[in-house]
Amino acid sequence: MTQIAMPQPDPLILAKRERIIAGLQERVPAQWVITEEDERRPYETDALTAYRRLPLAVVLPGSTEEVAAILSFLSRERVKIIPRGAGTSLSGGALPQEDAVVVGVGRLNKVLDVDFANRTARVQSGITNLAVTTHISPDGFFYAPDPSSQLACTIAGNIAMNSGGAHCLKYGVTTNNILGVRMVLLDGTIVDFGGETFDQPGYDWLSLIIGSEGQFGIVTEATLRILRAAEGARPCLLGFDKVEDAGACVAAIIASGIIPVAIEYMDQTAIRICEDFAHAGYPLDVAAMLIVEVEGADAEIDVLLTHIEKVAREHGARIVKVSKSEAESAAIWKGRKSAFGATGRIADYLCMDGTIPTGQLPYVLNRIGEIVAHHRLRVANVFHAGDGNLHPLILFNANDDDELERAEQAGNEILELCVEVGGCLTGEHGVGIEKRDLMEKQFTSVDLDQQIRVKLLFDPDWLLNPAKVFPLNLHPLPLGRAA
Amino acid sequence: MQTSFSLAQLADSDTRESEKILRTCVHCGFCTATCPTYLLLGDELDSPRGRIYLIKDMLENGKKATVEVARHVDRCLSCLSCMSTCPSGVHYMHLVDHARKHIEETLPRPFADRLMRAVLATVLPRPELFRLSLFAARLARVTSPLLAALPFQWAKRTVAMLALAPDTVPMRSPYSEPVTIVPEGPPQGRVAMLRGCAQGVLAPEINEAAVRLLTRHGIEVVFAEGEGCCGALVHHMGKQEASHDQARRNIDAWISEMDGQGLDAILITASGCGTTVKDYGFMFRDDNAYAQKAARVAAITRDVSEYVLTLDVQPPTMPSRLVVAYHSACSMQHGQQIKTTAQGLLRKAGFVVKEVPEGHICCGSAGVYNILQPEIAGRLRERKAANIAKVTPSVVATGNIGCMTQLAGAVGVPVLHTVELLDWASGGPLPRKLMKNALLAQHG
Repeated sequence: MTQIAMPQPDPLILAKRERIIAGLQERVPAQWVITEEDERRPYETDALTAYRRLPLAVVLPGSTEEVAAILSFLSRERVKIIPRGAGTSLSGGALPQEDAVVVGVGRLNKVLDVDFANRTARVQSGITNLAVTTHISPDGFFYAPDPSSQLACTIAGNIAMNSGGAHCLKYGVTTNNILGVRMVLLDGTIVDFGGETFDQPGYDWLSLIIGSEGQFGIVTEATLRILRAAEGARPCLLGFDKVEDAGACVAAIIASGIIPVAIEYMDQTAIRICEDFAHAGYPLDVAAMLIVEVEGADAEIDVLLTHIEKVAREHGARIVKVSKSEAESAAIWKGRKSAFGATGRIADYLCMDGTIPTGQLPYVLNRIGEIVAHHRLRVANVFHAGDGNLHPLILFNANDDDELERAEQAGNEILELCVEVGGCLTGEHGVGIEKRDLMEKQFTSVDLDQQIRVKLLFDPDWLLNPAKVFPLNLHPLPLGRAA
Repeated sequence: MQTSFSLAQLADSDTRESEKILRTCVHCGFCTATCPTYLLLGDELDSPRGRIYLIKDMLENGKKATVEVARHVDRCLSCLSCMSTCPSGVHYMHLVDHARKHIEETLPRPFADRLMRAVLATVLPRPELFRLSLFAARLARVTSPLLAALPFQWAKRTVAMLALAPDTVPMRSPYSEPVTIVPEGPPQGRVAMLRGCAQGVLAPEINEAAVRLLTRHGIEVVFAEGEGCCGALVHHMGKQEASHDQARRNIDAWISEMDGQGLDAILITASGCGTTVKDYGFMFRDDNAYAQKAARVAAITRDVSEYVLTLDVQPPTMPSRLVVAYHSACSMQHGQQIKTTAQGLLRKAGFVVKEVPEGHICCGSAGVYNILQPEIAGRLRERKAANIAKVTPSVVATGNIGCMTQLAGAVGVPVLHTVELLDWASGGPLPRKLMKNALLAQHG
């Protein structure tokens, strides 16, 4: 049995399913309203496949106006709405419910306008993260946030979860790279937040929207900050015989005043899994490896790498290997970015997403090992070490219910550990359902009440992506308590 | 992913394989991004992850295929781009093959659909019949405007089929019969080359160029007695019995050569066929009489470019600085995971090779897909042609007859097989398709 409870479906909604479907078909062409059970089935889950709920229907609108018509109709009918990008969420952010309609933005996948002079790109929100960079890279530009799933995940999902990625160490996460959004509110109103530049007059609504996990509305367009790519970039691999040394080295590099573009950590299990897939030349005989990337002109890169090598050697690095070609660099990143998927070659996994102060790395890595061993499981550690964003992959067998339960338990303990050492439950994957019940470990009831009040301004009836982010016992309209 | 098959279900070999495949999938969704139909349609049901889920649900619950499931599986090109992308190593090809067989066995298709599939499955693998039908198609093309006006899928498919027939049908090739071609000097090696089916009728110049190129380098080439269509065509329609019959004939023909005078390799000049022949070992894994023979055949099967790479190719006799856009067939780059071989050979032969942007996306040919799914195939062809135009080539080179036919009318420049260019550069005749062109003026 999986541990995270979902609410019972509302029989009143299930009873008027036909009417809801007819209403959707009046608002979007019938071919984009998915109603057959066979066809709804693939939409019952995202990348957290332990949790599955067959939605009432799935609708794939082709424009902002269609999204507006759908939301206006569904909210009038009091039907729950599950926004969905590419369904790559590892926290169950796109998990449906039996009495909910999935609204997917996959068809909204166009670049609308690129303004190189002002460094902005306006895109539809269903475009994939990498497709934005692919579109502008011939002109030497890129979009900075790069979640490992960037090949497939959408800008809409990135905004919902305030996604990060390896290169966020230097460039910041999604919220630091979005200038404006067009969002459809629950009642179908279309509003623009932000604009073409940072720091718009008035309240900073944008910061409220980004990371709101699809609970405030559905973003259909976004204006992104795009950046001129550096003259060059070069990753190097640092191999350590002791896990703690690698952890200490990360802290030392940051403390020395260098901010590399990325510092990524992989332990031996992760190294072997990824090397099998990417053939990147990772050292297989080390306990832990760091991928450190720096960028700039060649001379600058040389200076930075020399300095990093010195720090690494002082912290016990046995192997220092600098990429010698574009192809080698690409393979190094391909291995890292495919780490989660490649793990599927050896086991099922739960991917954790906690963040800790970098100084705590050695301690936390040790504790993770102990926790997972206590639950008689294995772990592969691969994460954004530079900003302390951990992704322990707890390996288990999905066809064994007991192992799943132990894996979930170990996961909870790891996240609690992150909070204990002064970190937080999520780095970049969002709360979703996965960390919902741990929110009270992170926040006091005063904190949570305030957050819920904001949520209720946008969605007083808990229709938008419900049963997520806040523990279920806080759900029934707590306005009375708030007053 | 979690699966729930009963022990009884797992007693079936295909189901056992599919279960293994499903267990490796972690549902990460990476595959959706490089799937041509998902790019066009934006519906997860028309993506690998969606199809995998549809197939999983159908197989686990022992359900007959429904019209809905078949629609999404039918829209799959089997380009296998997802297999290049998948970090988990999900063998989508074997899973979708199993699904196609299950659909063929459990879903009664409408009459027009059945008829169209039966015609394609009957005509294409038989060169003489195919040849005749090409003449017939030229005559029948007068009906195209009329058919195009009809609101039926069968009419659209017929128009697409007629449009693919070439304006002139080439002369019958000397290599349409069993024959052995010996090099001038002492042979350095001996290979069999697949005569195959449609390619020999549509473009006999491909195998002719390959034979010249190989014999020039001291390789003896045999077109074995008894071989024919590799079976891929009907295999992709889920017609397992027919595909296995065709494959068995080829296995017999080549085993007889391997055990007779011996073969260093079996060469395929159409990468679509190569993907299937290389899979013979898997196809016959449960066939006591053929498992071993099929595995032996698959083990020495090579795309012609792979084999040419092992030869000490003569330097170009006539260096040409022709700008070649290399279009990697899906069956080449994804099916066989051959990514850079042909480009390297072409560069070494003196050509200026340009990679096509978005090169991992299918051109829409995909066997008979361009006939069965004319709308999607048409959109993919336009998309591919636009990407090819970005590198402003003088010619397009590729390694698969299907792509050549699909792109011929769309790119505005000649589309050749890699071996035609390699043969020309190392002393062979100017390829026919280049003759009427003013391209010769561009030679360096």
